[in-house]
Amino acid sequence: MIDQLILSLTVFVLATFIGHAVITKVPPTLHTPLMSGTNAISGIVIVGALVAAGMTDSALAQGLATGALVLATINVVGGFLVTDRTLRMFRRRERPADRANDSAKDSGGSNK
Amino acid sequence: MSDQDYINLISGSYLIAAIFFVVGLMLLRSPATARNGNRLAALAMLIAAGVTLIDRNILEFEFIGGGVLLGAVIGVVMARTVQMTAMPQMVAIFNAFGGGASALLAGSEFIRLADNGDVPENVGATIMLGTAIGALTLTGSIVAAGKLTGFVTQNPIVFPLRNVVSGILAVLVVAIGVMLVVDPIGNELVFAGLVGVALLLGILLVTPIGGADMPVVVALFNSYSGLAGAAAGFALDNNILIIAGALVGASGLILTRIMTRAMNRSLANVMFGGFGSSGVEVAGVDGEVRPYHTVQAQDAAMMLGYAGSVIFVPGYGLAVAQAQHELRTLADLLQVRGVDVKYAIHPVAGRMPGHMNVLLAEADVPYDQLYDLDQINRQFDQTDVAVVVGANDVVNPAARDNEGSPIYGMPILNVDHAGSVIVLKRSMASGFAGIDNDLFYLDRTSMLFGDAKASVGGLVSEIEDL
Repeated sequence: MIDQLILSLTVFVLATFIGHAVITKVPPTLHTPLMSGTNAISGIVIVGALVAAGMTDSALAQGLATGALVLATINVVGGFLVTDRTLRMFRRRERPADRANDSAKDSGGSNK
Repeated sequence: MSDQDYINLISGSYLIAAIFFVVGLMLLRSPATARNGNRLAALAMLIAAGVTLIDRNILEFEFIGGGVLLGAVIGVVMARTVQMTAMPQMVAIFNAFGGGASALLAGSEFIRLADNGDVPENVGATIMLGTAIGALTLTGSIVAAGKLTGFVTQNPIVFPLRNVVSGILAVLVVAIGVMLVVDPIGNELVFAGLVGVALLLGILLVTPIGGADMPVVVALFNSYSGLAGAAAGFALDNNILIIAGALVGASGLILTRIMTRAMNRSLANVMFGGFGSSGVEVAGVDGEVRPYHTVQAQDAAMMLGYAGSVIFVPGYGLAVAQAQHELRTLADLLQVRGVDVKYAIHPVAGRMPGHMNVLLAEADVPYDQLYDLDQINRQFDQTDVAVVVGANDVVNPAARDNEGSPIYGMPILNVDHAGSVIVLKRSMASGFAGIDNDLFYLDRTSMLFGDAKASVGGLVSEIEDL
């Protein structure tokens, strides 16, 4: 059997490389939602909290895990919601002309 | 189902969740697909947490229901009520919670294993790592959030030998950690000591850092919150924790690097330099008064209204003055007149990576008009008018041309290459770095003094009258 630690390390290193490759493609415009979105993803600790607390009868251990559950849930719910709220604001062009109520000169010509 | 079936079902679901997390992040490559990416990541979280619930050995359901409900209510309220200008603080607080959750989880696991009388050394080591990183992320991020909101002074709190004290605490964390790995049983109080020292270290690491450097700190702790989660995943042999933690860790590190590069600083300099405050006074060149041109709204409006192309360069002063909406109105009017309008966003224009982009998006500026440093810098040469609103150091040509300047080497927006430049500013006072800006004294530069909101509003009404 391979030591579990080596297996875990393999997963960690490969995931870091994937993360690096994927996240360098995120444009600067989206760096704030990227951060709040990764806040939500770090709430994955929820899973660990559920598992850890179930394996023990120690009230202290269960209490700590429940605390972890609460904090991680805040991150998951708050993180995904605020990221969605932020991303909803990102819109393409087409608006200036409508707003100025000038249909004759729309922005079509200035599209890149 | 047999035990093996359960394990396979759960591991398989974790694989699907991991794939969705990665694809979700891939979709963040464009604003057009980003919302779906975020939804996919949320679905991944739902899958991962959902299958864990079918595990028979989890926490009692009252605790789960109560904990999740409490967390969800707090999360919804935070996400709904936060102002976009306050996003950096909120992300800092989320970093704190992420670190805290990992530390609590690692602590819970330590107590469980110690109760059973066996903490394998490699598990113990990852528990200590997760606890220490998580705990210092918790307090460090809270201090960072305090500095961003103004609860804690923006100025570096420096005292002699602070780096030595921090160094001693760091060594202490490692020493206690090693001791606990070797001799874990019956040492719960020593473990509490480890937590205490790590919490203190987090505070001491951030208090000496100035408010202007908080974007770097927030990005760094973003990374740490992920790494703490991954460490907890090692302790629990849980792949989805390791994968998600690694993704977050990588993301935070990349953003940290982007921020330090944009400031032309090293991470070590930011963390241990005791620098980056508005209080750093770099001696002015000398008392010499240099001539500059001023302009009134009416003439500035003429320049803009009859230009072919305009680039706006917003800095955080724009957000402080809450002038984003006026600026967008001005841009709309110009576009209706046939002027090509773009926005040039420096990476440190806001208070966190990408912050200025969000503030402009909130003001209904279309994202395809937002250009980052590399995209826009070549275009200033072909631009008639560049308008600087509330930005200073990031448009200072000295950073590019003057080797003697304290900010030499910092990447800047080449505003001085535009045909003419209008700078909206309260007065001739210098920026964060306390350095005089050569841009203001160029022949092609006109200074329009006043509050940003009032000045942009003035330009709007003048353009309407053209």
